[in-house]
Amino acid sequence: MSLLAPIAAIGRNTMGILAALGRISIFLFQTLGHMVRPPFYIKEFGHSLMTIGYFSLPVVGLTAFFTGGALALQIYAGGARFSAEAVVPQIVAIGMVRELGPVLVGLMIAARVTSSIAAEIATMRVTEQIDALVTLSTHPMKYLTVPRVLAAFITVPLLVGIGDIIGIFGGFLVATGKLEFNAATYLNNTVDFLEAADIASSLIKGAVFGFIAALMGCYYGMNSGRGAQGVGKATKSSVEAAAVLILAANFLLTSVLFSS
Amino acid sequence: MITLTDVHKAFGSNKVLRGVNLTIPTGESMVVIGGSGTGKSVLLKCILGLIKPDSGVITVDGQDVTKVDRDAFLARFGMLFQGGALFDSLPVWQNVAFRLLRGSLKRPKDEARAIAIEKLRRVGLKPDVADLYPAELSGGMQKRVGLARAIAAEPEIIFFDEPTTGLDPIMSGVINELIREIVVEMGATAMTITHDMSSVRAIADKVAMLHDGVIQWTGPVADMDASGDPYLDQFIHGRAEGPIEAVR
Ligand SMILES: Nc1ncnc2c1ncn2[C@@H]1O[C@H](COP(=O)(O)OP(=O)(O)O)[C@@H](O)[C@H]1O
Ligand SMILES: [Mg+2]
Repeated sequence: MSLLAPIAAIGRNTMGILAALGRISIFLFQTLGHMVRPPFYIKEFGHSLMTIGYFSLPVVGLTAFFTGGALALQIYAGGARFSAEAVVPQIVAIGMVRELGPVLVGLMIAARVTSSIAAEIATMRVTEQIDALVTLSTHPMKYLTVPRVLAAFITVPLLVGIGDIIGIFGGFLVATGKLEFNAATYLNNTVDFLEAADIASSLIKGAVFGFIAALMGCYYGMNSGRGAQGVGKATKSSVEAAAVLILAANFLLTSVLFSS
Repeated sequence: MITLTDVHKAFGSNKVLRGVNLTIPTGESMVVIGGSGTGKSVLLKCILGLIKPDSGVITVDGQDVTKVDRDAFLARFGMLFQGGALFDSLPVWQNVAFRLLRGSLKRPKDEARAIAIEKLRRVGLKPDVADLYPAELSGGMQKRVGLARAIAAEPEIIFFDEPTTGLDPIMSGVINELIREIVVEMGATAMTITHDMSSVRAIADKVAMLHDGVIQWTGPVADMDASGDPYLDQFIHGRAEGPIEAVR
């Protein structure tokens, strides 16, 4: 009996995760359904574009800049072991665009946007504002979820694109400033090496990650438990779920997009 | 007319409603009293469809509330929530005029604002409150803004969840009078939850007492004092001793 207890606990957790995935899938289909049926709340959508997209620019820019710089240093040091220091521009470009840009921006969005969406909607749930919306003939999914998810789906790929550029620029500054690369050659090598497919994959990942981040914030917010504890738990769970799903989606997308 | 027939609702093992039967005739003011935590707010939310009862039937004008067109159904209602439930991202006037700024009742912005300011005046708030945010108001002021929002679209049926809790006696009097006016002038059907016996006497046509998950007593407000019901008597007179336990 006591020997089996740990195994039973694992089983329970697995069942719990599967049940949560089921509920999230239902929430996903509901969201998609409301996306294509009026009414549409344009003002809320505009507001979400600003808070999710525009105001995330500083944190995305800083993350990408330092990552690109560190990447250049690492590749230079690592490459020197087999006299391949010259590949810094190419590896920085491909590393930022294909992987680090989308993943790091996705995770920063999970930290910044998912948490704030979850805390806001959970507080609305706890203070009966969601009930009030319903009694005022306004569907909470249409008014709260759809604008946020759509805004993240549109703006996060743009943020990833900007992050890619800033990351490459960070690598460029380190390479030309500290590692004595020639500026023109560095830029030429970067531009010549990158392919359209690399950039497309970066943006596709961004769109998927943005969608996941906003959806998780809305799902856990809407289903918040009662009181301050409920809000705290909803926020924590939303960021955990968003981060894990973003990393899982990244693996899936990478294996699909670069399988050939 | 609103009718509830054998309505049950439990949260886990907490059996809150255990077979509620109640009728609220059109154009009348029903007041529901009962100790805190007895399920009065849950009862209102069941009628509005915000909480799904486990069993039982609720009808409004003969139509089962689970089988109506939700938008048209909700457009007939106004609701004041116990905690106000104001949208803290919107200024006061947009809270009050929420329904008038979107959806089927949408009208020009100036007009919606003018109506909001008029409704604020009716609940005893000055026009300069209109541009403040809910977080800048005291609890009693938030309650009154919630009240203004509930009546803004002139609904046929209005629910008030503890409208005077947290207000001073003078403001309570103003709100009681306002609720009475709304019922008389607009011919609205009202259902009010309260603990405040002066409210009960000021606004009720009928009274219902919820206790132990059922309607313990219901009847015209004039019969309340001579009901002979020990639960009701204890509640009206606020006695610590009686059939209702003080520890719940
Ligand atoms: N959403 C909910 N989830 C779980 N329990 C709830 C919920 N809403 C109300 N309850 C419980 O139902 C009971 C009645 O609550 P309520 O209707 O708010 O009481 P009141 O009569 O003071 O308005 C309480 O015990 C409360 O804890
Ligand atoms: Mg209550």
